[in-house]
Amino acid sequence: MDSIFDIFLLEAVLNGVLLGGLLALLSLGLNLIFGVIDVVWICYAELVMIGMYGIWWLHTQQGLPLPLAMVISISMVAACGVLLHQYVVSPVLSAEPINQLLVTGGVLFFLQAFATVLFGVEFRNVGFRMPSLNLGDMSFSGARLVAFGVAVAAIGGMWWFLRNTYLGTAIRAISQDRGVMPLMGVNARQIYTLTSALGGGFAGLAACLLVLQYDVHPAIGLTFGPLTFLICVLGGLGNLIGGLVAAFVFAQFISVGGFFLQLEWGYVIAFVFFIAVMFWKPEGLLSKRR
Amino acid sequence: MLELRSVNAGYGSFQALFDVSLEVKAGEAVAVIGPNGAGKTTLLRAMTRLIDLRSGQLSMESKDFTQAPAHEVVSLGIAHVPEGRRLFPRLTVEDNLRMGAFLPGARAEFSSRLEKVYSLFPRMAERRYQLAGTMSGGEQQMCAIGRALMSGPRLLLLDEPSAGLAPVVVQSIFDLVRQLRTEGYTVLIVEQNIQQVLQVVDRAYLLETGRIRSSGDAKALLGSEAIRRAYLGLV
Repeated sequence: MDSIFDIFLLEAVLNGVLLGGLLALLSLGLNLIFGVIDVVWICYAELVMIGMYGIWWLHTQQGLPLPLAMVISISMVAACGVLLHQYVVSPVLSAEPINQLLVTGGVLFFLQAFATVLFGVEFRNVGFRMPSLNLGDMSFSGARLVAFGVAVAAIGGMWWFLRNTYLGTAIRAISQDRGVMPLMGVNARQIYTLTSALGGGFAGLAACLLVLQYDVHPAIGLTFGPLTFLICVLGGLGNLIGGLVAAFVFAQFISVGGFFLQLEWGYVIAFVFFIAVMFWKPEGLLSKRR
Repeated sequence: MLELRSVNAGYGSFQALFDVSLEVKAGEAVAVIGPNGAGKTTLLRAMTRLIDLRSGQLSMESKDFTQAPAHEVVSLGIAHVPEGRRLFPRLTVEDNLRMGAFLPGARAEFSSRLEKVYSLFPRMAERRYQLAGTMSGGEQQMCAIGRALMSGPRLLLLDEPSAGLAPVVVQSIFDLVRQLRTEGYTVLIVEQNIQQVLQVVDRAYLLETGRIRSSGDAKALLGSEAIRRAYLGLV
């Protein structure tokens, strides 16, 4: 009895790690945008939704192979990120944060309503499910394994890019002093455009991984958008490492909490933890390094 | 080399520069001196296009850049070390220097220029992996000048490099300006530290309330009545 309990607990912990990878990837784009541009894309999860619809439409309606549909969708969401910055964020860049939230929040509801008009309220899926992996008595979702691997690679790649390239250094620099950038020969507008494309690209990548596990519908952003945002806040908005840590902590609460009680209770415990942290350390577990 | 003709500039409804004309010849060291609030920093900001001119012309090596965007000025061979140094505090010293070599032309020269900056400032080599914001004021000023040198400029604009530094460090900054001249850089330096700066430059302009009041040989200005007035105006 004891050993079976242990092995299921281990399974819950490992599943939590896999979920953590996906949550970390989801929060990466949002966190990057905030860290560099100092604006929260409240409609971030709706960009993920655009990507999921894109993959579904290209694959099931246009008959493109799934990988091609995914590549096109990632580029499309990256382009959406650039448009979002150019036409929505850029005009309110020096406005009050509350105005920036309201404007990108407006885009959230616009995208939701627009998706309903285009695709209806039906749940759509790409008709492809990854087989699960069985290790002894333990079972792991294949989609989550892939998501974890891709998330780790993407986060590692982003880390390397920020540390080792001129553009990556400029992205880190612009968040510290935007006004001096022209003296380095840097066109600040170009760096913002690049960052927005990266943020959108990460939303598109998350869409590829989510579409393997979940059906897409116009309100799907609401199911994980708040979660994504809370993870960024928990880690310290704009702190990429903090977001990574927070994603894995959160995922463990959901997974292990759900193991001891019911799955729904896992979320309840995770959010109670979030509220407790906000009282204890409102700046987040690892506050943004200013 | 650098020429300003009848420059008028300001912020909003406030005009800070009135009809300023100025020239820096290749190989020269020139100072712009004057009391606090005379428009010295604004003058440098106008030169590197950080603020727009209301009228007037800017040219570098006979090339007009009055309308050029600010981020293209570096590629003309002008490097501006701004007021307050403006390093990236949470980047390492070496990453700050890397930002100075951001333009594609400078990237190819990164290693050789880095070596040169490190030989000029051995202290920077020791602190290459330290966050720039954690260094002393004098070290930060060296890093800021080093960052400017990384772009491979022919003309160096220094905005109050001695501001906020201890007297001993101030002297080393002026020694550095002298050394930069012998290395072949043309230097335009804005300073309130009039007595000291006039000893390291060839010529100077006196700026008061946004207007050039007088100009001439540094040695001559050092003894002139106008400078005494401006200098006393400081106190």
